[in-house]
Amino acid sequence: MSKLNSKIPDGPLADKWTNHKASLKLVNPANKGKLDIIVIGTGLGGSSSASTLGELGYNVKVFSYQDSPRRAHSVAAQGGINAAKNYKNDNDSIYRLFYDMLKGGDFRAREANVYRAAEVSNLVIDHYTALGVPFARDYGGTIDNRSFGGVQVSRTFYAKGQTGQQCLVGAYSALTRQIAKGTVTMYPRREMLDLVIIDGKARGIITRNLVTGEIERHSAHAVVLATGGYGTIYYMSTLALNSNASATWKAHKKGAFFANPSFVQIHPTSIPVLNSYQSKLTLMSESLRNDGRVWVPKKQGDTRKPNDIPEDERDYYLERRYPAFGNLVPRDVASRAAKERCDAGFGVGSTGLSVYLDFRDAIKKKGKKVIEENYGNLFDMYEKISGESPLETPMRIYPAGHYTMGGLWVDYNLMTTIPGLFAVGESNFSDHGANRLGASSLMQCSGDGYFILPYTITDYLASDIKTPRIKTDTPEFDAAEKEVSERVKKLLSINGNETPTSYHRRLGKIMWDYCGMVRNEEGLKKALVLIKELEDEFWKNVKVAGKAEELNQELEKAGRVMDFFELAKLLCTDALNRKESCGAHFREESQTETGEAKRDDDNFSYVAAWEYKGQGQEPELHKEELKFEYVKLQERNYK
Amino acid sequence: MNIKLKIWRQPNAKSKGRFETYPLNDVSSEMSFLEMLDYLNNSLIKDGKEPVAFEHDCREGICGSCGMYISGRPHGPQHRTTTCELRMREFKDGQTITIEPWRAAAFPVIKDLIVDRNAFDKIMQSGGFISINAGAAQDANSILVPKKNADEAFDSASCVGCGACVAACKNSSAMLFISAKVTHLAQFPQGRIEAEIRVKNMVAKMDELGFGGCTNTRACEAECPKGISISNIAKLNREFFVAKLKD
Ligand SMILES: Cc1cc2nc3c(=O)[nH]c(=O)nc-3n(C[C@H](O)[C@H](O)[C@H](O)COP(=O)(O)OP(=O)(O)OC[C@H]3O[C@@H](n4cnc5c(N)ncnc54)[C@H](O)[C@@H]3O)c2cc1C
Ligand code: SF4
Ligand code: FES
Repeated sequence: MSKLNSKIPDGPLADKWTNHKASLKLVNPANKGKLDIIVIGTGLGGSSSASTLGELGYNVKVFSYQDSPRRAHSVAAQGGINAAKNYKNDNDSIYRLFYDMLKGGDFRAREANVYRAAEVSNLVIDHYTALGVPFARDYGGTIDNRSFGGVQVSRTFYAKGQTGQQCLVGAYSALTRQIAKGTVTMYPRREMLDLVIIDGKARGIITRNLVTGEIERHSAHAVVLATGGYGTIYYMSTLALNSNASATWKAHKKGAFFANPSFVQIHPTSIPVLNSYQSKLTLMSESLRNDGRVWVPKKQGDTRKPNDIPEDERDYYLERRYPAFGNLVPRDVASRAAKERCDAGFGVGSTGLSVYLDFRDAIKKKGKKVIEENYGNLFDMYEKISGESPLETPMRIYPAGHYTMGGLWVDYNLMTTIPGLFAVGESNFSDHGANRLGASSLMQCSGDGYFILPYTITDYLASDIKTPRIKTDTPEFDAAEKEVSERVKKLLSINGNETPTSYHRRLGKIMWDYCGMVRNEEGLKKALVLIKELEDEFWKNVKVAGKAEELNQELEKAGRVMDFFELAKLLCTDALNRKESCGAHFREESQTETGEAKRDDDNFSYVAAWEYKGQGQEPELHKEELKFEYVKLQERNYK
Repeated sequence: MNIKLKIWRQPNAKSKGRFETYPLNDVSSEMSFLEMLDYLNNSLIKDGKEPVAFEHDCREGICGSCGMYISGRPHGPQHRTTTCELRMREFKDGQTITIEPWRAAAFPVIKDLIVDRNAFDKIMQSGGFISINAGAAQDANSILVPKKNADEAFDSASCVGCGACVAACKNSSAMLFISAKVTHLAQFPQGRIEAEIRVKNMVAKMDELGFGGCTNTRACEAECPKGISISNIAKLNREFFVAKLKD
């Protein structure tokens, strides 16, 4: 018997959530105030969860390592947030949004979850609008939409290139309102370093106060992780530099299964590596592909300036290979095509690792003013970094690690395999299969927190109303705190020669080379060896400056890198296990004659959920078979 | 290029700080300002010294974490640029660059260049929101908002909460920050409902937390990396005046 029970409700797809909600238990208002909930993270997933649970009357404690909830990584999202409003009358619907997500994810997600995400998307937009999020509007005062990333309808709500910032400021304002009311207590500058389990249930966390270095205990009846993705495992990525995997990894080591860790989205349009000191890859929103045309010279190693290369010597390779979708093919397809051209020697720039994204024709057709109005802030951002104006010279772009579809395994109630531990937003695995469609993460994070978790966690807590406040002076808390303190001591005691950042950079390179856009058995096996060697070296030679009892950014980094090593091995193990190609996961051994990803539905139509078996032990694979009752599996075809 | 850095070092809130000088060679003009600090820290660690603590996260100008005086100016010499967006090509070979944390009573130093901006959160808690619970909203298009107002709301709401306005102001006033929020929310019909109480509470909170008053020096607008306009303050004053008249 599988240990995984996804708890997908019976009944027709469109009724599942409605029926399920009707079956969930409630907690009366007087009891809610006696129940404590810990939420870790204040991005769209965490802020939405915490404010809503506060509104319902629970006693909520929310944690983040930033100084203010408003700085969570969600703030950086640019392009937009999807909903099935059909405001454009282009025949959009909940079903179509569901179908696009499922197909975009290459049929590696649960039908029921994806349908529900699409179903609650409209409520999310209503709520953000009511909170004062300034979505773009038409002259008549209604909200505008645009089309985004590989779909044929306009369902993306946006606020120029700052959709994440504007939504997060909205979510943050709702959260501050609850903080002022006293239903939510905010613990900023705290890093969760372990999960505490009592009698098999998640009952608390151990945190480090990042200002004083104090190790603290916090208890609750239930714990919610909203700690984001782990794309920074590649060192350079489009994510904020402090994003990390430690919270989910610690939960994994305490028993939460990790699902599809190798499903990582590599975004096709980021500013490429320009120098060896670079610390991050800045994303250029995918919306640019609506007007920009992607090309490389037809001649290998062509060193002419882009504007000197005549039309017939340019290879618009996306339009050539995918005439139906052209420059708007999904992210994974666009990323691999760029890598293919560059590997074949057609890349541009000093490193040969970039391709052009050209607005010349769009400017000719629509005028400079329109293009500037649509993309002005992105162009400014590009110019600040590269010193070149995209209005004059084509942009140079290259793929970068961006989003992790993998994450903690959760059931339909968003609960992990540890009772009482929930995961929302990017930290869970649930809605995006093997590839996420643009603008559907903000939607999922918010839907989880505002309209799903509050109902399902209530159902869980309904059987806990008699449990008094959880004490923190228990042997379980003692043990967890001791473990954390000892780890801190260990890291500081090594006093070797190389910084945590240097190890992170080296690990990132291994991951990018062998477990990035393209993977194969030999490379993955090699990566596993290399990671192990590097990890052993880290534990002998890392140098963590400073002390434990103070603000110590080197110590923070070391702790995160330490967990990345362990997660990296699981990524490679998962990628090795999945011998098919699907979505963003491309196994060279499994491709069509024309070089497209080839799925193997007979053997791999499952969620791979990994169980931690102890230090140095092989993790155990559990399979959750995916059943498709409402859609017919097809080959993704964007030709 | 080779540069000289004069950096404020302060181990914690309680201790006294002082400037330390560090020569730094082989700085590439392509580095971002924070990559230059990474590079400095790397060499400090190699020499067995304490790295400089500074706050950062997104490194693309949107989270508002970074922020320091660079040769006397919040976020450095480039207009409308956060510290993390600043590039070393803005500096000259041989230049001495002075780096300090924000100086304002309401933003105490935590360590080196890191300050505590929790006061901004407290101001927000005093009224920087529209009171509506999840689930209570109507269809988004049932509230029509003229494009002009929506665009204005967007401009005001692009404040990233970095604190440069406070740091730039000789009175350490948080007026630009507050006015941006007040103006943002007042553009929407549902935001107007609490407009008067919001402005009163936020201004009162600002005074209580030790920020100074606004004397219209416009330094905030000049240094705001997001181009938040001082016209927000004029709008706040109007709102405030009307609200007070009704008291
Ligand atoms: C550059 C960029 C652009 C994007 N654009 C879009 C877009 O246009 N549309 C879209 O839908 N998606 C977009 N995405 C994806 C989307 O932004 C993210 O998937 C989403 O914001 C994640 O939100 P979250 O709430 O799950 O986590 P995050 O916003 O990452 O928040 C994580 C939170 O957890 C806290 N945390 C983490 N670990 C710990 C710990 N150990 N202890 C304490 N606190 C912890 C952090 O402090 C933070 O508050 C983009 C992503 C990037 C990188
Ligand atoms: S108003 Fe400008 S300077 Fe002040 S906090 Fe906002 S973005 Fe920073
Ligand atoms: S680091 Fe985010 S704004 Fe500078």
